[in-house]
Parts: sequence; structure tokens; C-alpha cells
Amino acid sequence: MAKLFAVTIIVIAILSAIPIVRHTWWTSQDISTHGAPIDEQMSETMAESGILFLASQILLAVFIWKFSRPRPGEKIKSFPGGAMGLVIAAFLLVGTEVLALGAFGAKAWASIYFTPPGANAMPLQVQAGQFAFYFRYPGPDGKFGPLHPDLISEANQNIFGLDTEHDPDSKDDIVTAEMAIPVNREIHLLMHSKDVGHAFFVPELRVHQDFVPGLDLSMHFTATKVGRYEIVCTQLCGLGHYNMRAYLSVFSQEDFDSWLKKQATFQ
Amino acid sequence: MHDTSSHAVAHHGPPASFIRKHIFSLDHKVIGKQYFGLAFVAVLVGIFLSWLMRLHLGWTNLAIPGLHLLSSNGAPGNLMTPEYYLQLMTMHATIMVFFVLTTAPFAAFGNYFLPIQVGAEDMPFPRFNMMSFWITFLGFIALMSSFFVGDGPTLGGWTQYAPLSAIGQAAGPGEGTGVVLWAISITLFCIGQLLGSLNFITTTLDMRTRGMSLMRMPLSVWAWFITSVMGLTAFAVLMPACILLILDHVAGTSFFVPSNLVINDQLLPHSGGSTLLWQHLFWFFGHPEVYIAIVPGMGIVSHVLITSMRRPLLSHRVMIYSMGALAVLSYMVYGHHMFVSGMNPVSSIAFSFPTLIITIPATIIVLLWLGSLYGSRLRINTASLFALGFISMFISGGVSGFFLAQPSIDILLHGTYFVVGHFHMVMGVAAMFGIFAGTFFWFPKMFGRMMNETLGRIHFWLTFVGTYTIFMPFHYIGLAGNIRRYQAFTPDYMQQFIPVHKFITVAALLTGAAQLIFVYNLIHSRFWGKPAPDNPWEATSLEWSTPSTPPPWNNFGDKMPVVYHDPYQYGVEGSTGDYVMQNSPERIETVRDEA
Amino acid sequence: MRRQIPFKAILFLPVALVVGIALMLVVSQKSVKAAPPSGGGVTGIVKLDGTPPHQKPIDMSKEPSCAAIHKDHPATTENVVVGSDGGLANVVVYISEGWSGGDVTPSSQPVFDQKGCQYQPHVLGVVVNEHFKVTNSDQTSHNIHPMPKPGGPNHEWNKSQPPGSPPIDAVWPAEEVAIHVKCNIHPWMSGYHVVVKTPYGVSDDKGSFKIENLPPGNYTLTAWQETYGTQTQKVTVAAGKPATATFTFKAK
Repeated sequence: MAKLFAVTIIVIAILSAIPIVRHTWWTSQDISTHGAPIDEQMSETMAESGILFLASQILLAVFIWKFSRPRPGEKIKSFPGGAMGLVIAAFLLVGTEVLALGAFGAKAWASIYFTPPGANAMPLQVQAGQFAFYFRYPGPDGKFGPLHPDLISEANQNIFGLDTEHDPDSKDDIVTAEMAIPVNREIHLLMHSKDVGHAFFVPELRVHQDFVPGLDLSMHFTATKVGRYEIVCTQLCGLGHYNMRAYLSVFSQEDFDSWLKKQATFQ
Repeated sequence: MHDTSSHAVAHHGPPASFIRKHIFSLDHKVIGKQYFGLAFVAVLVGIFLSWLMRLHLGWTNLAIPGLHLLSSNGAPGNLMTPEYYLQLMTMHATIMVFFVLTTAPFAAFGNYFLPIQVGAEDMPFPRFNMMSFWITFLGFIALMSSFFVGDGPTLGGWTQYAPLSAIGQAAGPGEGTGVVLWAISITLFCIGQLLGSLNFITTTLDMRTRGMSLMRMPLSVWAWFITSVMGLTAFAVLMPACILLILDHVAGTSFFVPSNLVINDQLLPHSGGSTLLWQHLFWFFGHPEVYIAIVPGMGIVSHVLITSMRRPLLSHRVMIYSMGALAVLSYMVYGHHMFVSGMNPVSSIAFSFPTLIITIPATIIVLLWLGSLYGSRLRINTASLFALGFISMFISGGVSGFFLAQPSIDILLHGTYFVVGHFHMVMGVAAMFGIFAGTFFWFPKMFGRMMNETLGRIHFWLTFVGTYTIFMPFHYIGLAGNIRRYQAFTPDYMQQFIPVHKFITVAALLTGAAQLIFVYNLIHSRFWGKPAPDNPWEATSLEWSTPSTPPPWNNFGDKMPVVYHDPYQYGVEGSTGDYVMQNSPERIETVRDEA
Repeated sequence: MRRQIPFKAILFLPVALVVGIALMLVVSQKSVKAAPPSGGGVTGIVKLDGTPPHQKPIDMSKEPSCAAIHKDHPATTENVVVGSDGGLANVVVYISEGWSGGDVTPSSQPVFDQKGCQYQPHVLGVVVNEHFKVTNSDQTSHNIHPMPKPGGPNHEWNKSQPPGSPPIDAVWPAEEVAIHVKCNIHPWMSGYHVVVKTPYGVSDDKGSFKIENLPPGNYTLTAWQETYGTQTQKVTVAAGKPATATFTFKAK
């Protein structure tokens, strides 16, 4: 029984590691300028915790195998180094590992969150609501008109609550249900929620941020690869949570300009 | 030392009536069994709900016969609606976290064995103890009743993030009455656990018998003691949070709801609240809660494993300090649930380091188990198999913590199945293994009968292999971006995960069905099992020295035990057996492996 | 053998009883229907004066199965739907005064369908206590969320309908003009239930409506349009001669 158990643990540990090593399922391709340190951190952590995982499972299995059938009269042996040795080993090995991970991770995090958006970043607003994302481009005047939550009407497709009659800045604002951005151009994404908590997650873009009702948050990023991606909501927001998504198109500058021009005619 | 305690506990006599004996009992052992029964019912409900969820995730358009009976909002054509799925999910999580993982290892086993293991006649406040169970029971009834009133239970997840949970019916089915019932249930649960924790702490500190110094307490007692300290502080935070949530519903307050929210094109009449306030309050409770679920398991597993290994741990003290360190650190890490929540990104880094550092005491605990296994004389039985399985699960669930501790990686993994896999392994399955180990180990003492060993082993094998088969794939699809709390996988890139979900569903149904073996074993052994001797595992702690099995109403009869030894005197040189019981006056050279 | 005959006879009795009662019920039903109120009805047309407001196109890209349906003819908002000759659709015209005919018995069960992530019809007229069906013709889940005035006799409800599930049977117990219906999963979806207790008609694409089976008499008609509100008009229905009415809403 014990030997079978030991073998089972080892088999499970190895089988578990195979899809990871073979990248059968893996994080999506990175299309952001800031994603490299995140991916590096991910592989680093995967390697270190993978080794820890395999080593401790195998150790567990070996000890079960070895010490479950003691010969009669065999005395209890003590682990070389004793408890203090293990404590020191834990502090040295795991301690240095986690401090290193923490330090490099903090650096990766800081490079994303502690840098202001560039002066040329393209402003773009996203509003989350049950259960769809909507986007707003400031239009030719470069200014977003003010929001009037009391004017919001989904039936009229006045998603943001704009008063185009009275607010001159709102007149040329372009509201869309799909997000499109030009490639290799920094985007300054201004986020707010209309109702409850939501989240903005584009795996490829390495961008993930909750919408907090009552707070205006912002993110900035640059996409490096033309293509069509998906934005999903990762914060439980109600019955339609599973269907809260939008497409993100990364266009060349020319394609983006013509897309935006076309969207302007729909307003 | 504590020579007065054995006299100070003559606070209640033997139960006089049926009601006092079996229902409103003041006896900690009966209360422990009542908690055990509650957890048993709850876990069956929880598993059943997970079956329905898994069926739906694998085959979204599958009609499940009879489904409409379980939902007051209806399941048209027995098809599961999105809100139905989320309601099942919320109930599954709430039942499992509160009414199984907290009650079984902590309230049930703790109530039964903590007083016996420290040599007390009962707890100091038996009436509080009785209330603790019955208030918890009321909480369970309140939670279950939400299936039958209004438009069903809340769909907000066990975290109940505001404002989804705080604005009422407008937020969706179950978000009115369902949330109020949920919050009432959890408030009651908190009160029950506060009373319980109070009893645990005072029993440990004041009711120990003669010779039972703190360091002579078994590790299970230490684990329950540490857990009750956590419980006293964590539940004291969740309770007011739930009360404020109820007020947001019934009194028109806006603790968690800011102004200018628009739902269904209507401006909500709230203003001035903070949504992040709920998250901070919830996780200030929520992370310690994870340890409330797992630390008793560590204590139970250590206790069972030491008995099976026939040797004490390499260091009793280091184990205690490590569990204490986990408890202290558990309050300083809660922000890792909120890395991308919109709190200051500096706090993310501040919360990241304690989260990483908490792996050090966790690693020490695992290494202590492994190091003690080295050179031991391991006896394999169902209890020790589950204890060893606990270690394997704890390692597997623990290493994924390295990822989730880092805010930068959290960008990729937050809200994905990776998180679901992580906490199911480390807090769900590992804690369940602790409960199973405890059940097989202590059942003979609790019910006077042995559990069936063959059935136990079959159950163990199916569960061990089954749970890995279910929860390992969670990590893979989570890495690839499969978002949790989705009732169907609509985004294009998630289509590839559907076959994996079908595989997981089959594994979950089979593993769930394997639990019926345990159910059968438990019920059958309770009535028809082999009669148990007083000390079937040749163990040393006080619960095995009671004058009868199960113990009499006052645990030790007329004569309170006197403790002469450290808790785990196995591998003793020169004595008749290889062990010496704690209350044995025999003089030996203490087996200690402190380095 | 002998025993079986009386047994069968006993069995036959209740069956005969049930069939008999059923037959009687059917006949009595028919006799009620066979006596319609004599006289005609009101026919008419609803028009919009002025330029109709711009109806914004709806981008359904988040729901590809619906977007595909509207690929060639993009869906738009339906707050003001005007036909080519100025007729205003989706206006409910009902009798607000003068009706003494008691409860209106519905003739067929109306259907409120969800198709291409839009409601068909956009405005559903029903009478009080009339059962209507909500169906889902789409390949996606919808949630049907009618929002009557809070605190009134009609209660808000919110139920999802996965694709392929049977129709939801619903009923409104009290008069209400009008109840806004939404789908939260597809926030652009918007429709109305107009619950009345008198005969009514809903204008079609050309703006024409018809109220049938009115006994002769003087009536006040009310026309309701979701953006422009209500208008009233008095008409007289003579025996055998239908009245006509024309409503004109002014574009703002």
C-alpha cells in the first residue's frame, strides 16, 4: 500500500508537470510593450515553484516508500541537521527565493503602475456596465464632454449620458461598442463603471484592472501587434457576467483613422 | 500549576432529560458531534450543488431533470439559467467555506477533543457553547431558506462584492432577499463562532489539568487555540460588515454604495459609500478565514501523523511557532486579493511581501513533516493515508501561492481558474483530507466503533487521484486565461477550454460519487462497526485515557488525569510498548528531538 | 372473464363524466364567443409630424450570433419608428373612457419574441390577466426584465431564458401604460408591455391601427408612444359604422 502510494504521488507529480513543461496551455502571446517583465517573472516563478513542487512531492514519496516498513527493532532515526537545520534551510532557500521574486516582481509592477502616461498618449474612455463595455473617443476637438448619469439611456443608446444639445464638447464624441486602437501608440485608458464592479482584462495586452464604482481609474499601455483580441470582465458583476466582453482591434494608424471616421457617422 | 482546574469545572451535572442530553446539550462532546452532523449535511449539499454546476459547465445546454424544483426563479425546460448557475456557485462556496471547512475541523473536532486533550471536564461556558452551535445552525437554516423565498439565493459569490450585493433587486435575481438572508446567515455564523472561540481560548488557558503545561499540549490543541484567536478577531470584523450590508438593504443606508450609479437607466438613490470598504473588511476577515480552515487541519494531521510515525515531530516548538506565524501573517497579506482592485498600487507591493514571506512558515511546517517522516516507523492506515495526502495536497496548493503573491503575475492570473485551482487544493481538498484523517482517527473514540478500513482505503484512493484529476487542470486553463464565475464560455478564445471542462466534469462526478463510500462507511460503522478498544492507535494523548469509550459525560469520571509527559512520547526506549501515555506516571527519558 | 365486464363498466362511468363535462364546457365557451358586441370599431392612423429623430445603429459585436442576423441591415434603436409615408409604428391606441363591456376576453395568446437580440414586437399590447408567451428565438441566453412602477400592483421580475428553453408564460394583473422591458445581458434591448383593460390596437409600420368589437357609443381614445407620451381623442361609434381617428405626434 505504502509503495503504491509513493509511486502514485510521483506519477501524479510528473503528470502534473508535463502540460506545464510542454506549454500545452500557456499564457497568451504578449502584444504589449510592458509585458516582457511580467512574462519573465512568470517563467521564473514557474521554474522555481515547479522545482519545489517536484522536489517535495518526490521527497514525500521516497520517505513514505522507505519508512513505512520498518524492520523490527529498528530505531527511530533523526533527520540530519534536525529541526534547526530545516528551519535554516527554509529561511535560506525559500526566504531568498521569495525575496528575489518579490523584488523583481515589484520592479515589474512598478514599471507599469508607477510611470505616468506619456504626453502624446491617446486618451480613450471605457465605461463598464451590466453587461457590456462601451468606449468613447474625444473626436476632433480632443475633449470629452461631461457625463450626466441621469441622462443615461441604453434604449436610446445614450450609453454615457451625454448631453449633445448643451455640451459643445460632447457633440463630436464618438461612442463605440468595440475598442480599436492604433498599433505602437500609447493609449491612456480612462476607466469608470456605470453601476457595479467590473474588470477590464485583455490577456494578450497584459492589462488587468477592476472598475471601481465611484472611482475614476486609468491605465496606459501600448499594443505592438495588429490583430483582433478580446476584452473580458473578470469581476463578478451579475447574471450576464459570462457574456460581458468586447472586441479589441489593434489597427495600423491608417486603418484606425478610417475606422474612427466610419464610427463617427454612426453617432 | 493548574491543580485547581479539576475542581473548578463542576459547573453542570450529568444531563437529566432527553432534550438536555441530545438537543440542547451543554456537553462539549455532544455539541462537537452536532457540529459534525451539521458539517456532514452541509458537505453533502455542497457536493450536490457542485455536481449541478459541473454538469452545466461541461454541457451548457443539457437539461437536468428536476432542476426546476430547486429554484424559485425557475429553470425553463430544466435548463440552467445564468443566474441559477451563479446562485448555485454562491451557495456552494458559502456552504463549503463556512459550514464545512470552518465547522468540521475547528468547531466539531475542536469542541469534542480540545477539552479532553487538555484534561478538562468541559468548557468554562457550556451555555455559550450550546448557543454557539444553535446560532450556527440557525445561520445554516437562514442560508438554506434563501432557496425557497423571493427569486432564490444571492448570486454575488461568497465574497459578496459591493455594490452588486448592496443595491438590492436591481442588481439581479437573488440580490434582494437573497443577499439579506445571506448576510443574516453569516452574521449568525460569526456570533456562533465568536462564542465558540471564546470557549476554546478560555479552555486552553484556564482549564488545563495538573501537569498540562502549554508546551505539553498536543499540536491539535495548539492548532485549535491559534485558530480560535484568529476566529475571535476575524469574525469580529466580518459581523459588522454584514450588518452594514443588511442596513444598506433594509434601512436605505449607503455604506458600500457610492453616488451616481445607474442601473436599468435609473439613477440609484444612494450616495457617499465606498465599494472598496467592503473589500477591505471582507478580506481582512477572508484571508484569516483561509487559515481558520487549514490550521486545524495542520494540527489534526500532525497529531494523526505523529501517532502513525511512532515518533514526535522533529520539533514541537517550531511547529507551534510556525502555526502562530501563519496566524499573525494572515492579517498582513489580505490585500493580495485586491492587487488589481483599484487600491493604491503601492499597497499591492506592501501586501505582496508578507504574502511571499508567509510561505516561509508554511515551508517549515511541510519540512517538519517530511523531516519527521525520515527515519520513522510509519504505520499505514486510512487515517495516516489521508494525513499524508494532506501534505501532498498542501504542497500542490501551496506552490501556486508563489504566483498569486506577486502583483505583476496577478495581472495574468487574477480572476482565472488558476485561483480556483489554488484555493480548492490548499483550502478545500487539503482541509477535507484533514477532516477525513481526523474522522478515521477519532471516530472510534467518538462513537465507540471502528470505521471499516477497506472501504476507507478505497475511498482514499479514489479521492486522492480524483481530486488531482479535477483540480490540476484548473491551473492549466487558468494560465491560458479561463475566467472564473462564468456560467458558459462565450469569449472566442475560451472555446478551447470546453473539452477540458467536460473532462473535469466527468472527474468531479466520479470523485463526488466516491464520497458516497465514505457516507456509507460513516453510517454503517456508526451502528454496526467493530467495537473499538479504548486506545486503538496506541496513542499517547489524554483522549485515549478516558475511563470508557465514548468518554462519560464528565470525560474522565471522578478522577481528573494528571499529566507527566510531553504529548508525543513514541519510540520510548526500554518501556513495554513503544509509547508512554501523557498521564502515565511511568518515569522515562523524554523523547525530544529539538535541535 | 365475467368479472372484467362490470369492472370496465365502472371505468367507463367517470370517463364518460369527464368527457361530458368537457363537452359542456366547450359548448358554453362557444356560446359566449358567439355573442360579440354588435357594432363596429375604430380604425385610424398614427402619424409623425416633422423629422423623426435619428435612430442610432446598434453595434451587437459582443453577441456574434445576433450581429450576424443584422449583418446586412444594421439594427437601430426603436424609440420612434416611422414608415415611409410618415406613419408612426408601435403606438398603442386604447379606450380610456366610455368602455362598459366588462373584462375583455383575449382571443389568442400574444407572443413576445426575442430575435436577433431585439424584441418582436417592440411594443406588446396585452389586457389585464391575459397570458402571454415570452419566447427566445436566439442562440444565446436572454434575461427578460420588465420594470413596472415600483410599489404598484404589477411586480418587477427578472428571469433568464437560455436558448432552446420553452416559452415563459407571463401575465400582468393590473393596468399599466407602459412597462419597460430590458435584457441586461444585451443592454441595447428595449421593449414595452402596454397593459390595458379595454380593447386596444397597436399601429403597424404604416401607422394604421384597428380596434374591433366595440358596441355603439362615445369613447375616449388614448394613444401612447414611448418617446412622445400620450394623446387623447373622442370618437363616436355608431351601429354598424366604424369610426375613424387620426393621431398626429409632433417630432420634438
